[in-house]
Amino acid sequence: MKLLVAVKRVIDYNVKVRVKADETGVETANVKMSMNPFDEIAVEEAVRLLEDGTATEVVAVSLGVQQCQETIRTALAMGADRGIHVKTDEELQPLAVAKLLAKIVEKETPDIVILGKQAIDDDSNQTGQMLAGLLGWSQGTFASKVYLADGKANVTREVDGGLETLAINLPAIVTTDLRLNEPRYASLPNIMKAKKKEITEITPDELGVDVAPRLTTLKVTEPPKREGGIKVETVSDLIDKLKNEAGVI
Amino acid sequence: MDYELPEELRMLQETVRRFVDRELIPIERETMEGPKLKPEAQEMLEEKAKAVGLWLYDVPEEYGGQGLGLLARAVVWAELARTIALPSRNVNIFGPIVSPILYFLNDEQKQRYLYPVLEGKLRHCFAQTEPDAGGDPGNMRTTAVRDGDDYIINGTKRFITGAADADFAQVIAATDREKGSRGGISAFLVDMDTPGVNLLRAQETMMHDRPWEIAFEDVRVPSENMIGGEGDGFKFAQNWISAGRIRHGARGIGVIERCLELGASYAKQRSTFGSPLAERQSVQWMLVDSYADLHMLKLMVYAAASKHDDGGDIRYDSYIVKYFGDTKSFEAADKCMQIHGGLGLTTDLPIEHMWRDQRSFIITEGPTEILKMALSRHVLRQYGD
Repeated sequence: MKLLVAVKRVIDYNVKVRVKADETGVETANVKMSMNPFDEIAVEEAVRLLEDGTATEVVAVSLGVQQCQETIRTALAMGADRGIHVKTDEELQPLAVAKLLAKIVEKETPDIVILGKQAIDDDSNQTGQMLAGLLGWSQGTFASKVYLADGKANVTREVDGGLETLAINLPAIVTTDLRLNEPRYASLPNIMKAKKKEITEITPDELGVDVAPRLTTLKVTEPPKREGGIKVETVSDLIDKLKNEAGVI
Repeated sequence: MDYELPEELRMLQETVRRFVDRELIPIERETMEGPKLKPEAQEMLEEKAKAVGLWLYDVPEEYGGQGLGLLARAVVWAELARTIALPSRNVNIFGPIVSPILYFLNDEQKQRYLYPVLEGKLRHCFAQTEPDAGGDPGNMRTTAVRDGDDYIINGTKRFITGAADADFAQVIAATDREKGSRGGISAFLVDMDTPGVNLLRAQETMMHDRPWEIAFEDVRVPSENMIGGEGDGFKFAQNWISAGRIRHGARGIGVIERCLELGASYAKQRSTFGSPLAERQSVQWMLVDSYADLHMLKLMVYAAASKHDDGGDIRYDSYIVKYFGDTKSFEAADKCMQIHGGLGLTTDLPIEHMWRDQRSFIITEGPTEILKMALSRHVLRQYGD
């Protein structure tokens, strides 16, 4: 069984994000970047399937600028076998990513594609679902447990009311939620091994995908600053303020 | 010229940083008992260190280790220094401590001493410093006098870390006091249970170490326990002591970074007279000075370590790295303490601990003044007419 894992290079989760002065986006210059944490969970799940003999190969793919190769290298150091880098300096929106991944899937014919449920930079939570739509594959999103048996993936999902378990046919798309596993460290010996693993480079043009943005970002702003509250003496004061000052009731 | 660490070392750095953030910092005030790790902490952390693949990272590959170069080791040391969870001297959760001098033993000596150390069966200490000879070891009074096939060692060693737990010591003694450091100093492997070896007392200190004073009284050591030949004592020490000094600089990097993290966060939180400390220039400048020192120290450490890995002689680079790193990291801890006010003095925070440790490093393993004295000879030679 072959697994494809998508890994995105995002601003590190420890960094306090700042909005650019011209409101066109967030500041990424001199900012630490690392693998999207949900994608780390995806890599971990794939590597565990590799280790228990369920999978025979794990391919990590990342899309975007040259430095995405570092993100792929991290996946390789966690245990993925090889990498594919779809190289472009263009902004990639979820639909473009899904289309590019669909082309890679055509070439690589994996049995399962595992992705993070969303990336912590834009929180779109769309790519996995779009990819399933484009490929016409079954999908198990927000997975907190994945169990493979009898040619099906049993995916336990975190839904509003609790947990739901789906048995989906392969090939399938799985997107990972926070509680699926705890990703391992890229260990020293594996970091050294990862140096020798192969990363193939390809461009959106070569894949025949038009990645032009379909969405326009009007502006990006900081959330409004919280202002200090006040204390009221009585309930009727509270109701009065809510009615006449806040205008919410 | 590339000032970035190579990709794999950045990954290694990230792995160690995460290890420190997740496994060590949360428990850093609970792991130690006196100068040692608590046994349960030792066991737990060894397991975790293995999971990160750092086991024996500093042992050469031919002896079953991972043989990391000096630059890679410097990266690891720097990250580990962000926490006080581990002993500041003799960190041993990554495998047995192996003094590099043991790699210079002859094959027969390796069988008796190096391999058992690597297997965790024997522990050792390094006995050089004396009551009247510390930074100037050529002046040491401990003597080893040939007597037939043996040497007889007499003298007192002081500030010997780990002596009580050691099975053997590497003892540096004068075989010819006239020659001193120019061929008169030799190194011996001495079993601690040899008659005449007496542990006098453990010295309480302000640093995170409780070193011992040892007396050698007519201690008879067979000549096959000499490391190298007579007068080779310093020859062996020199080439690894340079690398050891880089460790001080690397440690300084981690300490300054942690002090910046603590100091900057607290400066933003804490308000006095209506505005946060972070808005006061006196505090801003403290942070900026530490930041600039960090930048300089990183460049120095990385440059010296890569030069060493490329086969270069880093003796003078290492002098600068040691005194600059130790001094500036102590200053960073001092500033961080000042920013925290009374809180900085408490043992709830790691600052006072780092402050004490970093102060001690300005003295131990080569005091600043002796390094500068050696450097001045180099400077006068190079630039003087």
